[in-house]
Amino acid sequence: MRGATHARWAVCATAAALAATACGGGGGGGSGGGGDGSGILSSSWGDPQNPLEPANTNEVQGGKVLDMLFRGLKRYDAESGEAEDMLAEKIETSDSQNFTVTVKDGWTFSNGEAVTAKSFVDAWNYGASLKNNQKNAYFFAYIDGYDKVHPEDGGKQTADTLSGLKVTGDRTFTVRLNQKFSTFPDTLGYAAFAPLPKAFFDDHAAWLKKPVGNGPYTVDSYAKGSVMKLRTWEGYPGEDEAQNGGVDLKVYTDNNTAYTDLMAGNLDLVDDVPASQLKNAKADLGDRYINTPAGIIQTLAFPHYDENWDKAGMEKVRTGLSRAIDREQITETIFQKTRTPATDWTSPVLGEDGGYKEGLCGDACEYDAAEAKKLIEEGGGLPGGQIKISYNADTGSHKEWVDAVCNSINNALDDDRACAGNPVGTFADFRNQITQSKMSGPFRAGWQMDYPLIQNFLQPLYYTNASSNDGKWTSEEFDDLVDKANAETDQAKAVGLFQQAEEVLRDDMGAIPLWYQNGSAGYSDRISDVALNPFSLPVYNEIKVS
Amino acid sequence: MGRYVIRRLLQMIPVFIGATLLIFLMVNVMGDPIAGLCGDRQCDPATATQLRREFGLDKPVWQQYATYMGNVFTGDFGTAFNGQEVTELMSGAFPVTVRLTVVAVLFEVVIGITLGVVTGLRRGRPVDTGVLLVTLVVISVPTFVTGLLLQLLLGVKWAWISPSVSSEAPFGELIVPGLVLASVSLAYVTRLTRTSIAENRRADYVRTAVAKGLPRRRVVTRHLLRNSLIPVITFIGTDIGALMGGAIVTERIFNIHGVGFQLYQGILRQNTQTVVGFVTVLVLVFLVANLLVDLLYAVLDPRIRYA
Repeated sequence: MRGATHARWAVCATAAALAATACGGGGGGGSGGGGDGSGILSSSWGDPQNPLEPANTNEVQGGKVLDMLFRGLKRYDAESGEAEDMLAEKIETSDSQNFTVTVKDGWTFSNGEAVTAKSFVDAWNYGASLKNNQKNAYFFAYIDGYDKVHPEDGGKQTADTLSGLKVTGDRTFTVRLNQKFSTFPDTLGYAAFAPLPKAFFDDHAAWLKKPVGNGPYTVDSYAKGSVMKLRTWEGYPGEDEAQNGGVDLKVYTDNNTAYTDLMAGNLDLVDDVPASQLKNAKADLGDRYINTPAGIIQTLAFPHYDENWDKAGMEKVRTGLSRAIDREQITETIFQKTRTPATDWTSPVLGEDGGYKEGLCGDACEYDAAEAKKLIEEGGGLPGGQIKISYNADTGSHKEWVDAVCNSINNALDDDRACAGNPVGTFADFRNQITQSKMSGPFRAGWQMDYPLIQNFLQPLYYTNASSNDGKWTSEEFDDLVDKANAETDQAKAVGLFQQAEEVLRDDMGAIPLWYQNGSAGYSDRISDVALNPFSLPVYNEIKVS
Repeated sequence: MGRYVIRRLLQMIPVFIGATLLIFLMVNVMGDPIAGLCGDRQCDPATATQLRREFGLDKPVWQQYATYMGNVFTGDFGTAFNGQEVTELMSGAFPVTVRLTVVAVLFEVVIGITLGVVTGLRRGRPVDTGVLLVTLVVISVPTFVTGLLLQLLLGVKWAWISPSVSSEAPFGELIVPGLVLASVSLAYVTRLTRTSIAENRRADYVRTAVAKGLPRRRVVTRHLLRNSLIPVITFIGTDIGALMGGAIVTERIFNIHGVGFQLYQGILRQNTQTVVGFVTVLVLVFLVANLLVDLLYAVLDPRIRYA
């Protein structure tokens, strides 16, 4: 009988152990203050991929922090996406090429150092310089002298500073561009253009451990890879000061876990609702689930460097493929309406004045199986009788929609073998195959805007040899129109020219627009006034904690 | 004994070099990691070349490996792409995983062996059948199902525990994840112990012990159990390595920032330095755990002697 008592004891021990965790767990969520703006909220986070420098951060997780820590010359309105003056008192130009920037008086970094013209010029020079390995360096490519500090061929850099930047006073500096670019001031809200304090250059390692900026929050503590505690900076000189006491960014190993934690009341804000939970999110959270347009468009790009895809008549095949995709059905069933079928190559967050034109794609983006079949036959059929859509299988649940797109194409063409997915193991490998021009069929392409300008949706993606022209599509007519648009000082006219360029892209179907992506977030009942900006980042400083 | 240990330690060297070389090559085969650093756009070629040079990726693979191993022996495991030293990542991740492994192994030893002894002594009785059935169920249900189910029930529905583990990961929060991690092995330990006990019960030395009139408790613990534990110890020894490296699923479900998570992230980002570094340490843990198991044999079974 002794054995049996042993067993019972063991079972009880487990039960006791479980109960003990019950006492240990629960709670959490941060110390709640009253409604007086001192409450602290917790938000899900992912480990930033690159060191947290403004000109080196190109993904959302690092962007979140920079958005709280820094304020640049301009800032994009959370709702309209319009670039508004932040630290800029005025930015003047007479020829769209030479700009004079005046910085507002009274701004300081949280360590007390004043934000001057030099803070900007030093930061931009640092970001552009090849030796600093900044991944956003190309943002400074429009500034004169970029080719000297950042030689494209990887040769030795012959200058440390951009010759186009000159400090002319305590609060003024001039920018000379190497081409006309009328909307240049509107790009200055991007994080890469943020000012940097002296501490960044004097003790770089210490700065990275605990970044210091000029935004409404300061870093209280930063445990790399697990949690960053940001607290409201009481002395913040701007008008958009934080409505809460601070934000704890917690790194989650998986966004499903973050969502579960939100359900259990241990987390206040999840800004990336996992695809598998989208179906439940509405029922689970009700009003506390938000789903708003973001400046992200997903497209299918083609390898225009492959002769099979470049010969005459292929534009008909590409258009036919576009018409064979039932965007409506896919966005509804697979994405639960967190995507909207695309009808142009930009994004609704630009607004009509900004260049978004609903229906610009016209018939070419409308589902019509019979027409699709006809177009593809006229164009000479699919190369090799079958297309394979490549995507990376490791992140972003791309498999589901690629399979759905292929199903749609197969049904439209009455051919079970017309289209198949081609998963690539990792994102890095996927990018490698693209940059080495090794794709043989269409592939997934996504674009998240850097700044809300129509230029940003067209030039980097479709201009000849542009940095993100993955399919190497090229058209002289398109390039000409973009050049003209950039030189145009009148915004409405510039937008018109960009849209003409977009029509050129449409007629050749250089890439198939699929859908506009929304940002989605869920939050707890402890917080209110939660919104996502057009970059799908939560507007943390507006959030109120009750 | 001393000679034996030295021989075993020497044997570890080729195993260690072979294992790290294999991992190094495997990570390299995945291609150029730099391309993944720039999001959905092309890295600017000048910066990419410079980064490649800085991480030594422009050199031939054998040279990269030689440099890497040279650095490892001086305690430098390189730098991850986000600028963190790999040793810093390790000092954050290993303590957490070691705690999780300790919890899991404790569950295996305490519950697994107890159940094994009980069922082994009562073969064919209802207790035995019941436990066998339960272990069968546990073995056949995948870990992520058990994990998600317990997380949902205990964490969200009944709110007994916090569904995720905080970054400090104290022992208290690791009990449920540890149980989930240990569950399958626990079932195996139960079954191994049960079979072993049942077999040895009829051994001559047990009959002798009973005939000497020793109390039942002494017969079971000193004679029967001690000799029956050899296969179980072997299993647990190899399991320690598997638990430490293979906790990826459990660690992701319960938000544990341990070795499994770092490895997973390292693989996704093709971060050679992180992956090879962590695997190197895991290989060492595995080798040492196996050596300890072999030495334990001598303690458990007086018939085994190492010269």
